[in-house]
Amino acid sequence: MADKTASKKHHEPLIHIVKRDDLAGWQAWLIRIATIIVALIFVGFLSMLVTEKGFFETYKIMYSGVFGRLLQGSTKMLWKYLQEIAILLCLALALTPAFKMKFWNCGAEGQALMGGLASIFCMIEFGDKLSYGALIAVICITSIVAGAVWGVIPAIFKALFNTNETLFTLMMNYIATQIIAYYVYIEGGGSNVINPVSAGNFPAVGNNDYFVNILTVTIITVVMYIYLKYSKQGYEISVVGESQNTAKYIGINVKKVIIRTMAISGALCGVTGMLLVAGKDHSINTNLVGGQGFTAILMSWLGQFNPFIMVIMTAIVVFLRIGVAKVADSSLLNSSFSEIMVGIVILMLVGCEFFIQYSIRFRHKNKEVKA
Amino acid sequence: MKKILAVLLALLMVLSFAACTKSGTEETSTDADKQNAVAVEDVKVGFIFLHDEQSTYDKNFMDAAKKACEEMNVEYAQKTQIPESKDCYDAAVELIEVDGCNVIFADSFGHESFLMDAAKEYSDVQFCHATGTQAHTAGLANFHNAFASIYEGRFLAGVAAGLKLNEMIDAGEITADKAKMGYVGAFTFAEVISGYTSFYLGAKSVCPSVTMDVKFTGSWYDEQAEKEAAQALIAGGCVLISQHADSMGAPTACETAGVPNVSYNGSTVAACPNTFIVSSRIDWTPYFKYMITCVQNGEAIDTDWTGTIKTGSVVLTDVNEAAAAEGTAAKLEEVKAKLLDGSLNVFDTATFTVGGKALESYKADVDTDANFEKDTEVVENGVFFESKHRSAPYFDVEIDGINLLDRNYG
Repeated sequence: MADKTASKKHHEPLIHIVKRDDLAGWQAWLIRIATIIVALIFVGFLSMLVTEKGFFETYKIMYSGVFGRLLQGSTKMLWKYLQEIAILLCLALALTPAFKMKFWNCGAEGQALMGGLASIFCMIEFGDKLSYGALIAVICITSIVAGAVWGVIPAIFKALFNTNETLFTLMMNYIATQIIAYYVYIEGGGSNVINPVSAGNFPAVGNNDYFVNILTVTIITVVMYIYLKYSKQGYEISVVGESQNTAKYIGINVKKVIIRTMAISGALCGVTGMLLVAGKDHSINTNLVGGQGFTAILMSWLGQFNPFIMVIMTAIVVFLRIGVAKVADSSLLNSSFSEIMVGIVILMLVGCEFFIQYSIRFRHKNKEVKA
Repeated sequence: MKKILAVLLALLMVLSFAACTKSGTEETSTDADKQNAVAVEDVKVGFIFLHDEQSTYDKNFMDAAKKACEEMNVEYAQKTQIPESKDCYDAAVELIEVDGCNVIFADSFGHESFLMDAAKEYSDVQFCHATGTQAHTAGLANFHNAFASIYEGRFLAGVAAGLKLNEMIDAGEITADKAKMGYVGAFTFAEVISGYTSFYLGAKSVCPSVTMDVKFTGSWYDEQAEKEAAQALIAGGCVLISQHADSMGAPTACETAGVPNVSYNGSTVAACPNTFIVSSRIDWTPYFKYMITCVQNGEAIDTDWTGTIKTGSVVLTDVNEAAAAEGTAAKLEEVKAKLLDGSLNVFDTATFTVGGKALESYKADVDTDANFEKDTEVVENGVFFESKHRSAPYFDVEIDGINLLDRNYG
């Protein structure tokens, strides 16, 4: 009875949040899949309201926007879809080792821009001086180095002086953007546009410009999975991420791991820049990466640092991005519409992680009866 | 439990594929119908825009696109926010592959090379590009440039400005030697130079003592920079302002300071009722109609099309009587008639000097090349023929009376 009066005095809130530790893996995935389905229905519903098209009509437009006339034998749009996945995925993969180490690399944008700058520089300067094979080799090496350097600079400061890497990498983006702007000004001859360069382009395979890009990212995905899961370096990254002190006590050189991992992260961003320049645009402007360096942060997180889950996540987000843009275009809507929709879906996906980590309990009204 | 999950996943995939297949087959039939005969109603235009309706530049194109397609009862699709990169090529491919467009139009200078790539690939689709320079040398049968002789419109706007200056001189507000105009330009390119020079010559044709200061912002759209440039010009003694940039920066600065303004891209009278005089702009509707008609009839589109006052491509807004000098509308009609019958040329070399001397010969960079080589003689019989050798402007001479306060090449 004493217990009962105590609980009466103690005010119990209507809702309280409890950390879950009993959730099986498949249950977590059920929540995620349900979220994706709800998000898709939600997007369709909102599109229907705004565009005044039928509910299924909007999905039809989304599908045709992404796949085009695929069923009529035209694979053109499918390849473009795969290419867009490849670019976003490559950036997400690049960020993953750094994130696993709890190094918040927000500089994918700038690191990719520097890689792209190295590519276009080589294409313009050495295009008529080197053989095709040598030129491609030089482009690969310089782009990787350029991206790695841009990533290593904040890493060195972090390792030696413990500077804040989030701000540092973020600021490096703006420097990179301005360097590109200056380069375009010099090379563009006043028109502010660098016309596509024909030298040093990745070869088209069977009339398909994007095959090399997609293949490259596929290989990187598999290698990154193995690297993180089975290599000694991958293990070191995990330990440093979990606890720097633990890492120190078991004899891991933390500074070395930070710098090495950021070099890899930056190098992969540099590769993305190269894929965009040599494999797609054959030119450069400050909008080369188009903010995907930031979307990639979310992709890496939503993929739980697992490269294969990231493939699924990027495929969904890119599908929505292209599909909803098509819905907006077909109703002559402002292009901000698709950005809003993708933002809502990502927010829902992030939100669902909360429900996987925690559960919400309501106050039991008939608690007293039970007692 | 894993099995249930697997079954659920498999179901989801089957369902999604089924949904896709259904929508796909429905489209097959419509697409097949479209491809069978390219007759009148089957023309579908695809528009590629650099920004969206928030930019006055793109809005001008978007309004014309809507108007032309509605009046001709043609379907159209559009892609906005397409940067000057491979994205332009991708947008063209999407408009062709997904929307089934058979004419593609892009509105920004930097789209050109990427649009040409698409033109090489889709030889049965027509590609039209505004402000470009490469069609006349590219040798692609399905790639076309277009622009308008907007310098004629600016000349007329300049006449209105000159009349206003005369009114101010007559009223004793300024003396003839203080008749200085200010001009806010985006970049020191031929397109802008041609524009402000024709504006100046228009003013000079009625107010001989006029001079002009020019400031550049280095951006097609930077409201703050345009505002500050206009304020600096006013502070420097300019009594009338005009601009070639796409924001409301300069017009609002003028309204605040009570300085008359000659606008561009459309009327700003709603925001500036006391200072807006007149505005010139390019109306793209005639070109879009021409382009669609050509495709409907299976005729070739001009490789390099120049819209004029005659085609209805160069237009002036209504004169704002509250700010303009008396009799402006009548005088504009008179000058317009002269431009139309050819008795008046905007760049008549008798009306201006370069370094104190008359311009007898000038080579302009008409054919696009990496070295910006000046390749074509453009002065004939005492007239600098702008937009004759290609539609995009190439007048980049700095004439006497115009004082460039700064330069900006981007």
